[in-house]
Amino acid sequence: MEQLEGMKALAMAIVVGVGVFGPGLGIGILVSKALEAIGRNPEASSDIRSTMILGVAFTEALAIFAIVVGFIIKYV
Amino acid sequence: MEKGIAIHLAPQAVFHIGSLAITSTLITSWLTVAVLVLFAIYFRNSVRLVPGRLQVTMEALVGGAYDYVQETLESETLARRYFPIIMTIFFFVLATNWIGLLPGVTSIGIWGVSHGHEALIPFFYPVNTDLNVTIALALIAFFTIEVAGIIALGALRYGGKFINFHSPLAFFIGIIELIGEMARLVSFSFRLFGNIFAGKTLLLVAIFFVPLVLPVPVMAFELFVGAIQAVVFALLTLLFTKLAIAEPH
Repeated sequence: MEQLEGMKALAMAIVVGVGVFGPGLGIGILVSKALEAIGRNPEASSDIRSTMILGVAFTEALAIFAIVVGFIIKYV
Repeated sequence: MEKGIAIHLAPQAVFHIGSLAITSTLITSWLTVAVLVLFAIYFRNSVRLVPGRLQVTMEALVGGAYDYVQETLESETLARRYFPIIMTIFFFVLATNWIGLLPGVTSIGIWGVSHGHEALIPFFYPVNTDLNVTIALALIAFFTIEVAGIIALGALRYGGKFINFHSPLAFFIGIIELIGEMARLVSFSFRLFGNIFAGKTLLLVAIFFVPLVLPVPVMAFELFVGAIQAVVFALLTLLFTKLAIAEPH
């Protein structure tokens, strides 16, 4: 029983750690490209910003799913 | 874990009315609503032709937000229709996040039995660390978005975005859109919950290990995170509303 608890804690840590890796890279790339675009064309900055935030939300959702899976492993 | 840092996911019940558990997060959210309503009444009565400092700040905040909503939705009537709920979400999330950082929240309470062992049950607790609250907010945002889509396009055309039989590919894409729509409920609620819960835990760990100086910058960071999450929640409601009222193609 102790071992199962330990494995669950470990599994949650791995799930969250690995699951956040991809979205972290993705959001970094996304925002850097958006900043480049704003730098090239400052007039379109409000359009670019709202599209960027939508993209960030979709990417971030993946990290959130990883955390949800982590919670399910730990508590269900 | 029992001795050192108290971290728990489920909210603690302070007392019960019948079978309804009155949790510390529920009390804090009532307090937040009271603060917001009292502020609104006070502000309503103190509006002057020559604005004071508070009035200038609020006018810049609300007016700027209104201009942004109008610019995004590209219509005066739509902005008038959806601005109130978006701004209400923003103010509620902001107020709950910031009230959760006040001294006394999480530390004033009574000793009692919660979740099977004796613990301090606080009267006030950061509201958004309770998944019930964030799921309720996510449901409000979700139904606002869906109803906005149905009003703008009609039930049949809006439903046609998700289930249509033009071609196998369109059908498949529609189903994926439908799943994405449902996944918003999860991402909306867990984004807010995760950020505030992680922030509270980080603060707790900082106070536990380095009680003197370290909690101050962490606290400042949490103020920032609370504001950002409020903006993100309101902004995503706005942008998803814009997607929902867009013509299907």
